[in-house]
Amino acid sequence: MARYLAGRIAGLVVILFLICLFTYLIFFKLSPDPALMICGKTCTPDRVAQIRSVLGLDQPLTEQFWNFLSGLFAGRDYGSGANLVHCSAPCFGYSFQTSQSVWEMILDRLPVSVTVAVGAAVLWLIVGIAAGLLSAVKEGTWWDRTAMGLALGGSSIPNYVLALALQYVLVVRLQVLPFPAAVPFSDDPVAWFQSYLMPWIVLATGYACLYARLTRANVIDTLAENFMRTARSKGLRPALLLRRHALRPALTPITTIFGMDFAALLGGALITETVFGLNGVGKMAADSIAKNDQPVIMAVTLLAAFFVVVGNVVVDLVYTGLDPRVRVR
Amino acid sequence: MTTAAPSRDATAGPEAGAGTAPATEGRRIARALLRDRGAVAGMAFLALVVLMAICAPLISAVTGHGPNEFDPTAIDTNLGGLPRGSFGGISAEHLLGVEPQNGRDVLARIAYGARVSFLIAASATVLTTLLGVVFGMLAGFYGGWIDQVISRVMDFLMAFPALIFMIAILSSLPAGNRSVLLVVVISGFGWPYLARVVRGQTLTLVNREFVEAARASGASTRALVFKEILPNLRSSLIVMTTLAVPGYIGTEAGLSFLGVGVTPPTPSWGQMISSSVGWYAVDPMYFAVPGLFLFLTVLSLTVLGDRIRAATDAGEAS
Repeated sequence: MARYLAGRIAGLVVILFLICLFTYLIFFKLSPDPALMICGKTCTPDRVAQIRSVLGLDQPLTEQFWNFLSGLFAGRDYGSGANLVHCSAPCFGYSFQTSQSVWEMILDRLPVSVTVAVGAAVLWLIVGIAAGLLSAVKEGTWWDRTAMGLALGGSSIPNYVLALALQYVLVVRLQVLPFPAAVPFSDDPVAWFQSYLMPWIVLATGYACLYARLTRANVIDTLAENFMRTARSKGLRPALLLRRHALRPALTPITTIFGMDFAALLGGALITETVFGLNGVGKMAADSIAKNDQPVIMAVTLLAAFFVVVGNVVVDLVYTGLDPRVRVR
Repeated sequence: MTTAAPSRDATAGPEAGAGTAPATEGRRIARALLRDRGAVAGMAFLALVVLMAICAPLISAVTGHGPNEFDPTAIDTNLGGLPRGSFGGISAEHLLGVEPQNGRDVLARIAYGARVSFLIAASATVLTTLLGVVFGMLAGFYGGWIDQVISRVMDFLMAFPALIFMIAILSSLPAGNRSVLLVVVISGFGWPYLARVVRGQTLTLVNREFVEAARASGASTRALVFKEILPNLRSSLIVMTTLAVPGYIGTEAGLSFLGVGVTPPTPSWGQMISSSVGWYAVDPMYFAVPGLFLFLTVLSLTVLGDRIRAATDAGEAS
């Protein structure tokens, strides 16, 4: 087990390193010179050279990359003499646009993204699994057909279309919700809930539909297994049968998929946050891309990749715990 | 997602590979689809949209409005450029209404936008399938270090936050040909999902008796790949690609929605929805029309893919 874990973590480090390298090359090699962007329109060659030297852009590429990497773990210094700025680990550098520390920018915005992701996840797990279970138990009935039809339809709505439609119906027409604006929980819990409700619904819809279909398929497969027939012939009540015997094997695969979907969301629900103007990591990524703010793009890409890769390992470990058949020795 | 079960229709042995079986199986699936109301409705809607895309210039000629033609008479400057009349300016003149502020005909833009979306989605599908099949089969067929390298590359690509990266690449690269870039980016991140399944199936097929028999009787590698293995991958390939197409249409629209897709004035559905964001409260038809077209197209493709999978699975089980 320990050896297996060590192997997984080594693989994780390699993948993160490659993503780092790849992202770095693309953003610092292919895109326009950041020094020119910072300098603006009234710019002299001297000023550009000065900015380049402060940012370390005048050094060879390998050295720049090394500085970036070591900054992540040990922190780094920018400039020299009186202009010396120390950036402590984990150092993602400073935004080209606002000169803020990128790490602090992320920490500022992470709570919003986590709120959006957690709320949506709770919603889609409850709705998706409940609908899937009911559909499976009542397979072939009117209920099953309706639920699966809705699931198919719901998974086909692009989330920004759903966002606009919801805003039009709930905010403009029925006026049951205020215009969305991120309200902190400590200010006013009710307003907080109202402001996040639409983002949660929009983000959760696609996943809920997918999970409903997966749950239904898995439960139907499990109900057809031999051990279920044995349990049924023992005279177990249907409710107990479902709860004790069918749920665990049927829902184990869902855990895997859930772990990966949720990890992917922590990097910021880009479209949802942008559409609703929520100041999370996803919106920050979209904004920084529009302004070509390379340090921020780098940091968000790395962060999102980190969550996905770590999420993968965690899912494998949890899966091992849940399903004894795949336990590695 | 659930990986498709390994193909079970190979029990008939090598001679069943390319001969009579595919034709009857294809016919059986087609019959099953024609009996299904949802699939028929989906196919009808897709046929309509494809027809609109092909006949886009004709539609413009008949209605007399090009996709980029301003129509100042259709909007009301006193109301900040809102379309005249109700429902976003729907009238005999403009069948699906006009855009606020400039009065461009929505029907013409939908038709021309369909061309862009479908072309990009179709090209992305072809490229992704090609990459996925080639790399998946290479990895599964040869195994060893080739498999190791390809599998690690797939892990690497699948760990990427694809959407953030697609947006970043598209916005940092110089303008160039947006449509080609979109296809390359979508396929570049999309092929591992197909290749993973192809690899898994190839791995099991390589050790099947009929492949060993062919190998023992001296079949070349080419014959093994194209005559023995590929035909057995066909049904799962069809299912996976039909289910992937709506994803590509959605991705293209999403990227255009975020402003990194096809550049204006070329119309695209995602871009139309994106420009309607500021107007949704006063002119809901502006986002409803392209939104509905996008939704129905994705829905039709999803239903179709779903039914094809059901039909193929039923065939394999019997």
